[in-house]
Amino acid sequence: MSDVTTGSAAVELRNVTKRFDEVVAVDAIDLTIADGEFFALLGPSGCGKTTTLRMIAGLEFPTEGSLKIFGDEVGTLPPNKRPVNTVFQNYALFPHMNVLDNVAFGLKMQGVDKHEARSRAQESIGLVQLGGMEKRRPSQLSGGQQQRVALARALVNEPKVLLLDEPLGALDLKLRQEMQSELKSLQQELGVSFVFVTHDQEEALTMSDRIAVMDKGELLQVGSPEQIYEHPANRFVADFIGQTNLLEGTVADHETVVLSNGTRIAAHSDLAAGSAVALSLRPERASLHSRGQDVTDGANVDGVVARVTYLGNALVYIVNLDWMEIEVRDENNPGADRFHEGDEVSVLWSTESVSVVTN
Amino acid sequence: MTTLDHVVGEVATPEFEHANEQLKRRRGFLMALPAYAYLVVFFALPLVFVVIYSFATRNRFGGTDLAGWNLDSYQRLFTDDLVGTILARSLWLALLTTVICLVIAYPFAYYMSTRPESVRNLMLVFVMIPFWTNFLVRNYAWRVILGTDGPLSQTTEFLGLGPQKYLFTSTAIVLGMVYGFLPFMVLPLYAAIERIDHGLLEAARDLYGTGVQSFRHVLLPLSMPGVIAGSILVFVPSLGAYVTPEILGGAKTKLLGSHIVTQFLEARNWPFGAALSFVLMAVMLATTIIYFRKGGRTL
Ligand SMILES: Nc1ncnc2c1ncn2[C@@H]1O[C@H](COP(=O)(O)OP(=O)(O)OP(=O)(O)O)[C@@H](O)[C@H]1O
Ligand SMILES: [Mg+2]
Repeated sequence: MSDVTTGSAAVELRNVTKRFDEVVAVDAIDLTIADGEFFALLGPSGCGKTTTLRMIAGLEFPTEGSLKIFGDEVGTLPPNKRPVNTVFQNYALFPHMNVLDNVAFGLKMQGVDKHEARSRAQESIGLVQLGGMEKRRPSQLSGGQQQRVALARALVNEPKVLLLDEPLGALDLKLRQEMQSELKSLQQELGVSFVFVTHDQEEALTMSDRIAVMDKGELLQVGSPEQIYEHPANRFVADFIGQTNLLEGTVADHETVVLSNGTRIAAHSDLAAGSAVALSLRPERASLHSRGQDVTDGANVDGVVARVTYLGNALVYIVNLDWMEIEVRDENNPGADRFHEGDEVSVLWSTESVSVVTN
Repeated sequence: MTTLDHVVGEVATPEFEHANEQLKRRRGFLMALPAYAYLVVFFALPLVFVVIYSFATRNRFGGTDLAGWNLDSYQRLFTDDLVGTILARSLWLALLTTVICLVIAYPFAYYMSTRPESVRNLMLVFVMIPFWTNFLVRNYAWRVILGTDGPLSQTTEFLGLGPQKYLFTSTAIVLGMVYGFLPFMVLPLYAAIERIDHGLLEAARDLYGTGVQSFRHVLLPLSMPGVIAGSILVFVPSLGAYVTPEILGGAKTKLLGSHIVTQFLEARNWPFGAALSFVLMAVMLATTIIYFRKGGRTL
């Protein structure tokens, strides 16, 4: 799935830029979304996710660049002429229509026969488990139910690509997790591409086939959740996706990085000697040991336990290294060593656990 | 007081709640008292006089005898051809004015609602600028513009189209009324359209609606309260208009308002004038009620 060149491209952005007066909302991005893939656009607030999605929908036109949907250039084609549908962030349900009329709206606009539109809308309402609510107005539904109506209203048109703008943002945690797995299985069942905008990295990791990470209008990295988590392209991605410790340093040679306190650490990179970098060390990839214990493989630094947080399934240690603090996460196993505040410890990790990232 | 209310509310027995409700209602009535007083003195009482006079008799000297109560004036409403003609003309011109105002104001109000906040406020000021000048003065200004050697006529003559003769025609009246009442259409329409989430129109376009379909199925139904309010606010004063038809209209385009004034001042038939007034008000009230019923209470 991650190799998009083999499948047909559902959506293809080439060098797409969108400017609002002086603001560059989207800055020359290249993106290919394969047919049938669950694709997440991830990034902090204001990074241009919604703008990108709106350009695919036709609600906004690119200032520059080319945008293709299933091979057809759609640059300035209006939204009603594109084979895509959107689930809006605030749902945008029509308040003067009941659930059935909301869902049947797209079919009605396309001139589908009244009876057929009705039965297809019914079917779609059943698909999102809202059977029996056809006659209700949107204002008489809960947030989660409104979200389902918005989904049914888009899906009933059988779009080739479904665009979702933070569709779960307004839901509480429990409902959100439920909808995440429902959306995912729905997408697999239908086999159409979902382009899913979110600023929640966990949501993106658990649901997507591939993720595009954006910041300040730029595309930083595209890849599978694993690629992005294990091999972040730069410091921002490493920091934004999951928890990480960033240890500042400079490249000495392809196999060594010198940390800012002078410690030499084995770490692989292809960067020129002298490049300023950071080592990204995930908390769960490091472990704590009493000092003086033999450390055979990998790298280690010494420090003092500053804080211990008990999470039930894990223990989180904050270790003070004098020049910075490091977070270490240990599974809460009965046999494992426990450390306490003030313990003098060694933080250990294997060479392949760290990635060298640039700014 | 508030804390006490709260405590009482929590352990409220029905009697307590009832007493509380009554207290609230009494307080509300006190606050509305000036408004009630105003309505009684300047609206209800005069209306009662009008009704009483409409059943009275005109005497030979043009005065009114408050005796010999009868329905003659109302009977005349249905038999007098002139009244029929004038009523039909008044209704027609009021309807025309309303429709023209609606057609002009709707796109304008929509455009206004899509502008940034600061521009909107400026546009609102522009809509209200005409109110800074007296209504009468503005009507005389139109008389000058439309007059035989006014700017309009001079322009048409210069263009080789010959002099125009709009003044003292129905066209001039409608023009003047549209001009005078347009803000009453724009403001409620703007208030209604501005409240509509623009995202709904985008959703309609996303769901394969053309621009026209999105208007018909989403924007128009959602702005209906504004359409109704604006139409009432234009239709009602147009129907009873006096100043504009008097200044811009001619002898052949007499409307209800002038006809009523004629009854009081020239024909000196107060009972008939009163009956005409009363029927006109009844028609307006009926129109308003029907409109409200249809549009719900969303004003
Ligand atoms: N219509 C507009 N006019 C002017 N600037 C805009 C417009 N729409 C978006 N922007 C700007 O473009 C940038 C990107 O906005 P966008 O809505 O795409 O962000 P986002 O990633 O969706 O953020 P969020 O997570 O907060 O929804 C922002 O700086 C925003 O202020
Ligand atoms: Mg957004």
